[in-house]
Amino acid sequence: MKPIVRVEKLAKRYRLGKSEAAYGTLRESIVEAMRMPFQRLRARNGSAAEILWALRDLTFIVEPGEVVGVIGRNGAGKSTLLKVLSRITEPTLGRAELYGRVASLLEVGTGFHPELTGRENIYLNGAILGMRKTEIARKFDEIVAFSDLEKFLDTPVKRYSSGMYMRLAFAVASHLEPEILLVDEVLAVGDAAFQKKCLGKMGDVAKEGRTVIFVSHNMVAVQSLCRRVLWLEQGKVLENGPAGAVVSNYLNKSFGGGVASEEVWPDLAGAPGNDEVRLHAVRVRNKGTDPAAPLTMKTPFSIEVEYWNLQPETQLHVTLHVYTEHEIIAFTTGSGLEPIWSNRPQPAGLFRSICHIPGDLMNVGRHRFSVLVVKNKSSVIYRHESAVTFEIVDLEERTLSWYGREPGVVQPALDWTTEQLGTL
Amino acid sequence: MDTTTSATQDTPDSTRTAAQVNSSQVVRPALPEHNLPDEPLVIIKPGKSWGAVDFHDLWAFRDLFYFLTWRDVKVRYKQTVLGVAWAIIQPLFTMMIFTIFFGRLAGVPSDNIPYPVFAYAGLLPWTFFANAISNSGNSLVGSANLITKVYFPRLIIPAAAIGAGLVDLAISFLVLIPLMIYYGITLTWSALMFPVVVFLTALLALGVGMWLSALNVKYRDVRFALPFIVQLWMFVSPVIYPASFLPQRFRWLLALNPMTGIIEGYRSSLFGRAFDWGALALSALITLAVLVYASYAFHRMERNFADII
Repeated sequence: MKPIVRVEKLAKRYRLGKSEAAYGTLRESIVEAMRMPFQRLRARNGSAAEILWALRDLTFIVEPGEVVGVIGRNGAGKSTLLKVLSRITEPTLGRAELYGRVASLLEVGTGFHPELTGRENIYLNGAILGMRKTEIARKFDEIVAFSDLEKFLDTPVKRYSSGMYMRLAFAVASHLEPEILLVDEVLAVGDAAFQKKCLGKMGDVAKEGRTVIFVSHNMVAVQSLCRRVLWLEQGKVLENGPAGAVVSNYLNKSFGGGVASEEVWPDLAGAPGNDEVRLHAVRVRNKGTDPAAPLTMKTPFSIEVEYWNLQPETQLHVTLHVYTEHEIIAFTTGSGLEPIWSNRPQPAGLFRSICHIPGDLMNVGRHRFSVLVVKNKSSVIYRHESAVTFEIVDLEERTLSWYGREPGVVQPALDWTTEQLGTL
Repeated sequence: MDTTTSATQDTPDSTRTAAQVNSSQVVRPALPEHNLPDEPLVIIKPGKSWGAVDFHDLWAFRDLFYFLTWRDVKVRYKQTVLGVAWAIIQPLFTMMIFTIFFGRLAGVPSDNIPYPVFAYAGLLPWTFFANAISNSGNSLVGSANLITKVYFPRLIIPAAAIGAGLVDLAISFLVLIPLMIYYGITLTWSALMFPVVVFLTALLALGVGMWLSALNVKYRDVRFALPFIVQLWMFVSPVIYPASFLPQRFRWLLALNPMTGIIEGYRSSLFGRAFDWGALALSALITLAVLVYASYAFHRMERNFADII
């Protein structure tokens, strides 16, 4: 089939740091121009460190009706790609051909004016996104219904809550009728019900045969919405193929590895600690069926702490404080009630305490932990902020059609029962 | 362009196989028929800096021009007690001060037209022009959030600022009518030239405004220079005094300022005086030159707006 988007050897260069002569005051430009011409030339070329190729040699095609996901780490060039395709910024090299009208949802709500009412902003925003006035008028009722904001149409949007604002913004944006839709991370916003609506709308867009290019960090959404995925790394296409395969390769590379990560101090003298205890190793180990796979919400894993007890006949135990990426303690746990040593003094020597963490407990995100060594079940004698972090990813397509991270520091799977108590 | 033939040849093998593998694995309903145009709608490539203004693109976004103008007008007087009256107060009070100081105390001549009407007829285009280039000059920087997020012809932003100024001009024009009646000035056929000079003012403001706005993106100095330029420019324009105030041999110098022909044009059309066609033609010529240069410069700088704003 003939492609609807053809990207050939696309490259985009940004100048960083002080060689960003493009943005400066007139005086700087004049001074620069006064200098010797060769100096100017040299400044133009810049050193390698000051130049960033956000995209390089990017080549791919998209066929009409495809929903293509674009994934990659921060700074891999995903957003730059969308910016170039939506003509916000110009590429440095290469070309892209678009065989249809393009609309982008790079950031919904762009151009909303806080002083204007919801009604007025629908028109303004629609026009900014490229809709004709008649087109907006025709879809007006539909947009209002989608946003669920009938009652607040004549209120200035500066009085809206951020949720209402997003709803109105997305309602306008989703009523664009482009042949090619560029979407950047819309799923990160809104409440569950609204997110469901947005995804439904994107599904509809795809079903109508429109082409969608969807940039996201949300692997669940990418996997369920896209049939093909481009994995960008350092501005290049690293992999381009079926969604499932590319996503799992991406996760394996990014978060995989048998030992998720570890800290080891082979040298006793240099290890963190004091004259009572010194650490030997701290690690996170995947206990799932495939120890090399990334940790998902369902994977059991363990946190292992190895320490030297330096004072004979003391009783030590390890406590862990596990933090979410927002620095909230998700839970604390300790080896104080561990069966063998919990009521027995320990001889001097190397010990290993393992905390077994079941699947279906952790929530999605990056976690870190601190290790506390407690003496005689009462006093903390050493505290170590571990450099070990681990990422819990989410791969399951959930039946409740909420693709984002559920709120909460943990996400345990708990048993539920429902019984009927009576009839009407 | 041989895009259709190259469609099958240039495709890298990796993408091709990936798409095939995928379509054989995933069972999906057949996609609807797509009637793609033979030529791409948009070709994105670097450095089309020598192109002219894309009028086709501008036309496609004409409603945006309307809405941005409308937004500027609507928002400008929000949360003000006096509202739109500000569009009248500004020139009216300036006119009163001018009348007292220049008309009465300094005795500046006014071509045998009562000084208040004379001054107001000069302030009308001047206030419009001054506000238009200030607002327009700062418009792109003020719309950074739009420029970095959505595509549309950037020219619409400074142009809409001029459009909003025209609305103010129309409102302040309403004050002129009672003034002219009071001083017993009747319109003549020359009034037919009025829309022409207004149009010329708008074009000049557009040219200056778009150039300054683009320059402002790169050099924020413009923001500081603008009020200063506007102030100086007023003194070399016949707002307070008539062009005839200057000795004949220096008048050509004054006429090099395109606002001279325009402001005198306003007075001629309103008061039925003889036009200085030479000065007006010179204004039109300079306006055209400014517009052509500004649109070239704008187009050249436009490419980098999103990266440097």
